[in-house]
Amino acid sequence: MRPDARSTALASRERLAWLALLALAVLVLPWYRVAPPGGEPLLPSALGHAAAGRGWLWPVVAALPLLALAGARAPGGRGFLALALAGLAALVVQGFAVGLRGPAAGWVGALFPAAAAGQTGLGWGGFTAGVALLGLVAHGLALRGFCRGDRFAASAVVFIVALLTLFVFFPILRLALAAFVGPDGAIAFGPFLSRFLAPEIWRLDCFSGPRRCGVVINSLVLGLLCATLCTALGLALALVVARTPFRFKQTLRALSILPIITPPFVVGVAIVVLFGRTGLVTVWGAELLDIRPTRWVYGLPGILMAQLLAFTPITFLVLLGTVEAINPTLEEASQTLGAGPVRTFRKITWPLLRPGIAAAFLLAFIESLADFGNPIVLGGGYEVLSTKIFFAVVGARYDLGNAATLAMILLTLTLVAFWLQTRWLGRKSYVTVTGRSDAGLAASLPAGLKGAAWAVVAPFIAFTVAVYAIVLIGGFVHDIGRWDLTPTFAHLRTAFAVEIGAEGLRLYGSAWNSMQTTLAVSAIAAPLTTLVGILTAWLVARQDFAGRRSFEFGTMLSFAIPGTVVGVSYVAAFNVPPIDITGTAAILVICFVFRNMPVGMRAGMAALAQIDRSMEEASQTMGAGSARTLRRVVLPLIKPAVFTALVYSFVTAMTAVSAVIFLVSARHNMATAYIMGRVEAGEYALAITYSTVLMIVMILCIALIQLLVGARRLGRRREFQGQALPAE
Amino acid sequence: MTDDIAIEFTDVTKRYGEALAVDRISLAIAKGEMVTFLGPSGCGKTTSLRLIAGLELPTEGIVRIAGRDVSRHAASERNVGMVFQSYALFPHMSVLDNVAYGPVIRGEPKGVARERARAILDQIGLKGLEARLPSELSGGQQQRVAVARAIVQQPDVLLFDEPLSNVDAKLRRKVRGEIRELQKRFGLTAVYVTHDQEEALAVSDRIVVMRAGRIDQIGTPRDLYERPASAFVADFIGDANLIGGQVQGGRFRAADLDLPMAGPDGAAQISLRPERIGLTPGLGAPAGRVMACTYLGSRWEYEIATGFAELLASRPITEAPIPAGTAVRLDIPETAPIRVT
Repeated sequence: MRPDARSTALASRERLAWLALLALAVLVLPWYRVAPPGGEPLLPSALGHAAAGRGWLWPVVAALPLLALAGARAPGGRGFLALALAGLAALVVQGFAVGLRGPAAGWVGALFPAAAAGQTGLGWGGFTAGVALLGLVAHGLALRGFCRGDRFAASAVVFIVALLTLFVFFPILRLALAAFVGPDGAIAFGPFLSRFLAPEIWRLDCFSGPRRCGVVINSLVLGLLCATLCTALGLALALVVARTPFRFKQTLRALSILPIITPPFVVGVAIVVLFGRTGLVTVWGAELLDIRPTRWVYGLPGILMAQLLAFTPITFLVLLGTVEAINPTLEEASQTLGAGPVRTFRKITWPLLRPGIAAAFLLAFIESLADFGNPIVLGGGYEVLSTKIFFAVVGARYDLGNAATLAMILLTLTLVAFWLQTRWLGRKSYVTVTGRSDAGLAASLPAGLKGAAWAVVAPFIAFTVAVYAIVLIGGFVHDIGRWDLTPTFAHLRTAFAVEIGAEGLRLYGSAWNSMQTTLAVSAIAAPLTTLVGILTAWLVARQDFAGRRSFEFGTMLSFAIPGTVVGVSYVAAFNVPPIDITGTAAILVICFVFRNMPVGMRAGMAALAQIDRSMEEASQTMGAGSARTLRRVVLPLIKPAVFTALVYSFVTAMTAVSAVIFLVSARHNMATAYIMGRVEAGEYALAITYSTVLMIVMILCIALIQLLVGARRLGRRREFQGQALPAE
Repeated sequence: MTDDIAIEFTDVTKRYGEALAVDRISLAIAKGEMVTFLGPSGCGKTTSLRLIAGLELPTEGIVRIAGRDVSRHAASERNVGMVFQSYALFPHMSVLDNVAYGPVIRGEPKGVARERARAILDQIGLKGLEARLPSELSGGQQQRVAVARAIVQQPDVLLFDEPLSNVDAKLRRKVRGEIRELQKRFGLTAVYVTHDQEEALAVSDRIVVMRAGRIDQIGTPRDLYERPASAFVADFIGDANLIGGQVQGGRFRAADLDLPMAGPDGAAQISLRPERIGLTPGLGAPAGRVMACTYLGSRWEYEIATGFAELLASRPITEAPIPAGTAVRLDIPETAPIRVT
């Protein structure tokens, strides 16, 4: 058979498969997750419910025969695509037209009397119908030339767009709406305005007196201080590593992964242990220097300290990249032209560093705004946006409207910083690294600057060591808080006791439940995150389709949404039908997949940029479609990136807190949420023990992957040796 | 349309946004023919090749392969073989698996596919290297694997995208000979893209000279060299002296140059190859003066100042050199100048 004939035969087989899935969804599978009020018909599928009076389901059911007919006649025609889109629209509209408590609009109730009883959230039938209809839409699009007729790529685009819409943009939209909902439940501008202009958000009292500032002012002050200090520290570290004969460069680089595997709260707890009212440093200060112990660390100073520890490694990595990218020959040129080291640094090095510094500053600012773990442990009365949002939803006064308003402010601030960052980087990147070899030697720092850099770096390193020492020791001594260093495994036993009894292994430590959930959820989320991330990277880097720019922009935008905002938006969106999934493990997995997808995407983009595109084209000219090319050529070549994405999404899922804290339930509790509970209860030793165990698990995972990826890289040298490169 | 046309372009246009890469080109390539797309970078030659492969789809117009309209068919739905500039061998597969990839993808059992791959590798002189990885081969061997991989499925057309640009200069002559020999032996229709005019002259049955997305001239290598239609073609293929003047009553005149020239009266431009200009020391029309005489090993090259243009002339090394400053008379055979547009 000729290749194109085979392709056509395959297309009609695929279409039949999608139609079969749709048939299964609307004819057989139960449409609702929980039986709707008013009872379930004998056949709980969409057809059964529609026949039993829920007439608003008829359009979805009718899509099946209509699509089958149109598919048999002209699948590439406009009609087929229009029908598939109409089916999808019918599915969405029915979900929102009839809510849990009845019809959303009067005319719906008039049309369907049964709607008065309301309907519950979608179940297997509903979700499968969505998948099938999306598949048919992609099929219709591909046959009409979308993605150059590539059905696999078209499906990937359609599904990823649908997923991003459903799990990133729809919740944000719901949240934005919630900010406008008044106490009577109606949407109006008044309630939003009164929430938005509340004095506890904007007041500036702390600048003029002892009273506190508004929460936005607090967040901004914290963010700007944190960004400034982190950037200064990161720059000092980068200069020390890149421009002085410093012996422990590799160690410092390796230490920069610490914040990734450090569970939130743990740094906060260590700071409390050091500087709290009964903290080590505080007590010594009282005994030796007679300084009266206070609670000074709770509030801005404590949060700032913790954030410095947490985010300096990020600014360090960004700035190290910038410093190392400066072509030493430029500095040499300056010196041969008669400029001394100080003048060279001021006139050449510094201007070249500036874009990197701006990027690092904005990154630290964004991280500080989004941070939730540190302010909640160390905040005391110093409220920032992320904690205030949390207490508005989780606290005694449940107020979604207020939480939504605050979340929208936080989101706006973050997006503005994000926008500034991309703009700045887009315009002002001086690439001074070229393919040609730079024979020059990097200029050493001027002596004064070197001293200043060391003066900043040394205390920082000492502080980091102290904090992590406390974490490592704290779990295995009697009471680190009172400096009672009697070694003990009591905390470990409380958390992770096991007993091998008659009925096999019994885990009765208090932490096992959350540990198992965390491991299971992370293990399910990691491959899905990798899949979505790598696939998105491949679409952006390799496919050409209408709307690719917007697609890329949308995925970029989803990077920038702070975790707290995601958490509260999920509460706003998925607590009610049609998609009613709060309290399930699925929502945790979904949250992680779309929070961490950027990790996979970045790894994938970086790897794909290294691979000569003509290999994929060769595969295509030999008859492989894009799916097979991806599987047989691309994936084997970017295996290291796949592994990296897998590990990091696993690890990030284990330490994430800001979004997930809103979504845990008694049945599905996560390690970080459990630790937070222990911190709130003052059980610091237990919290530290659990954190240590988590860190060990994560280090093992990373080591395992490093081993695999490292081995792979050795093999690569051999494989890629002498491989021809394009001439241009 | 007849049965012996392998590839046919009808008013094919390819646009990238606003940029026009290929601008309404039409051409037909016969079965068993080797045609080269030649032109400077950015002329649309590679885009034209990719349009045949299906790696790009035309914005407008029709592409036919073996008489079938494939304008909307993806690369995987066409039966083409392509040799890439970088060879694009899969680094994670052995030589044998690289060559067997196509047959396996098209649904042959792995054993049969490997047998076919082995047979092709034998024919192409790579026996014994089947188990190697591409990185363990020399550049020339990699190139042959790429060719083997492209022809193993008996493609309707074999495409070459600057296949010699990664071969070192010394080997190029040999490899291009091999490619030509192979194409003839297997009776393949081949399309070849290069920016190197010497390479194009050496391997092609016909050459398509492209400029700014359009076809400037199609012809055999000899046609193009000896009867260029445009100043661009004359200048791009070999060296050419372009001389502007007037045609009147069957004569071309520019200063003291006076040559017989057919065609309509009016302003005209002629192309004159350097090796067709004879030089005799002494006075006479058309007159010139030697400005520089350079020894190039295989020939003498002269810069001649004349009343109508600065000319480049080249003379056999067997002739005695004429020192700079000497006045010369130019001997131009009547058939040498070609009127160009």
